[in-house]
Amino acid sequence: MKHESVETNAGLLIILTLAVISVGGLVEIVPLFYIDDTIEEVDGVRPYTPLEQRGRDIFVREGCYTCHSQMVRPFRDEMLRYGHYSLAAESKYDHPFQWGSKRTGPDLARVGGKYSNEWQVQHLIDPQSLVPESIMPGYPWLATTPLDYSDVAARMRALKRVGVPYSITEEEYEANVEKFGEQHARMFDINNAEEMLIEQAQAENFDGDSSFISEMDAMVAYLQVLGTMVDFSEYDDGHFAEFR
Amino acid sequence: MSQAATTAGSVPATSVASTEQYNYAIVKRFAIAAVLWGVFGMAAGVWIASQLAFPFLNFDIAQITFGRFRPVHTTAVIFGFGGNALFATSYYVVQRTCQTRLYGDSLASFTFYGWNLALILGVITYTMGITQGREYAEFNWQIDLIILVVWVVYFWIYLQTLLRRTQPHIYVANWFFMSFILATALLHIFNNLEVPVGIFHSHSYPLFSGVQDAMRQWWYGHNAVGFFLTAAFLGMMYYFVPKQAGRPIYSYKLSIIHFWALVFLYMWVGAHHLHWTALPDWVSTLAATFSILLLLPSWGGMINGIMTLSGAWDKLRTDPIMLFLITALSFYGMSTFEGPMMSLKSVNALSHYTDWTVGHVHSGALGWVAMITFGSLYHLIPRLWGVNLYSLKLVYVHFFLATIGIVLYITAMWVAGIGQGLMLRAFDQYGNLAYTFTESVVFLHRPYVVRAIGGGFFLAGMLIMAWNIAMTVRMGIKSEAREREEARAAEARTA
Repeated sequence: MKHESVETNAGLLIILTLAVISVGGLVEIVPLFYIDDTIEEVDGVRPYTPLEQRGRDIFVREGCYTCHSQMVRPFRDEMLRYGHYSLAAESKYDHPFQWGSKRTGPDLARVGGKYSNEWQVQHLIDPQSLVPESIMPGYPWLATTPLDYSDVAARMRALKRVGVPYSITEEEYEANVEKFGEQHARMFDINNAEEMLIEQAQAENFDGDSSFISEMDAMVAYLQVLGTMVDFSEYDDGHFAEFR
Repeated sequence: MSQAATTAGSVPATSVASTEQYNYAIVKRFAIAAVLWGVFGMAAGVWIASQLAFPFLNFDIAQITFGRFRPVHTTAVIFGFGGNALFATSYYVVQRTCQTRLYGDSLASFTFYGWNLALILGVITYTMGITQGREYAEFNWQIDLIILVVWVVYFWIYLQTLLRRTQPHIYVANWFFMSFILATALLHIFNNLEVPVGIFHSHSYPLFSGVQDAMRQWWYGHNAVGFFLTAAFLGMMYYFVPKQAGRPIYSYKLSIIHFWALVFLYMWVGAHHLHWTALPDWVSTLAATFSILLLLPSWGGMINGIMTLSGAWDKLRTDPIMLFLITALSFYGMSTFEGPMMSLKSVNALSHYTDWTVGHVHSGALGWVAMITFGSLYHLIPRLWGVNLYSLKLVYVHFFLATIGIVLYITAMWVAGIGQGLMLRAFDQYGNLAYTFTESVVFLHRPYVVRAIGGGFFLAGMLIMAWNIAMTVRMGIKSEAREREEARAAEARTA
């Protein structure tokens, strides 16, 4: 076939172009859904509680991913600085993923439990008060803005639709009890989403102010759970290497 | 009527005849919009660059913090400046090379209002914190739908115009524009598959999670670079470089080979943004391999553009527009060399997550995309309004401001990126980390100041361009008015 026939036929040009541009994506993306090793089998990874998920929504809203990654790479310096390298399984309930592309600030994949709640609150309100050299903006409004959780059930329903195992029926609830334990399964029940959010916020009082549930409560709840779900002491060194 | 118009007055014949033959009105609107978005988007860029150098500039105001404003910058320059420039030039080039009027006047107007409405809504909603949290695809789902409709109409207009061509061949620039339209549609639809929280709710959750979502996003992200910022601007190059040089394109064969190789290879390379992550190794190796291969068609395009000037190199001394176009191709060559190099896993281990990536993007975005656009608009706008450019001297001033700005920007980011990368992986004699993260942030301050200054230079050039274009258009409007008056007078005489 002479190239001239493509140059003189718009339909042919379009069909050939579509065929040529489709190959790469098909070869690289489709197998990720079918190769089992893509996501490691690992204990502990669970969906976010309603409060943590609302915190995650705020993380996305404020564009934290523009400066912070959530992906520890398998290098010695990153292991020393941040901890065990990230597993694919650890973000399997992340819609959207927040691996990031730029570290203007440090990686946050394992920030959970690294600092106290008080430190996180103070740091978010005024980063320079704790780290004078920091170039992070302050987020004082998180502490003063009441968290809007009126739509949390709707948000969880949407997340359920994209594959997060929040429960609506008794059957789904029982399955969650089996899989994640009763304490967590209660949190994943969409029927009680609001109560569960309030319960966790009041029990843990992340922002130190129990008078109302602030966006800070949700944000700190999310930050404190990051990277803490998998207990790496249960696995041999190199256990996860075969999945790479 | 049209004969009367062609013979009237002292204005160049083409500009008068073309209001009948071609739809220039739509090209004019998009061209002006591109300049306005350029000023706004680049100003937003200088603003966020300054915030990184001087963080007090965030002022504790939610709407203007770096995290919310960075998408404002990227959207305004990529889709506002770049997008409007592509609409303008593609609508112009398809008419000129097919020798036919653009299909569907009102549909074309619809793409103008729809596209710019989507962008304005996007910019406003980002500052309100409404975002999908996906780089270069932050538009929320309702805006995504507006964009989808605009894009389908754009495709339809383009296809119908191609089908109505009076030339047997479809010129090479149109292949690139068409591949850009098709690929962008594919990317936009697939990357924005989401489930909304509710019909009236601004938020939605993406269909995929974690590793699959990451792969999808960077397949999108890199091909937004590959097709929106490269293939389409190559379409621009294939028309405006030969036109401005007054010579045919260097090699017809090369254009065929590098077109098919480019559109095939680009789609494989997105995963090089995910080296060393939880993405399986086989994908990232494949992406690195194809990234290296991509050097060949990229340089094929660069060579085809630059060699078009062979035998007319003296134009670089006399024609500042040519300077813009050829410098753009040089930066294209440079950043398409740097890109494959950074996609090597060992290089990427250092460069990824640092400002080296930001510098690389800007050598492509400022050096290639913006420079080729400046050159093309300087060529295009006087022809649309049927006048000469207001000031060629100001084009020179713009060129040097832009070039100095880019050099400052890129070198600052090399220093920042490589420096920070080396600091973070340094160990002391006891095998402990030599630097804290904070120490690397302190180190970044000076490069960040230089980068903001470089951005300032580039913005200053853009402002001069806006002034030059505004004065040119003013002259054009005046001469059009004069011409209408003369035509009326002539009619009155014959009556």
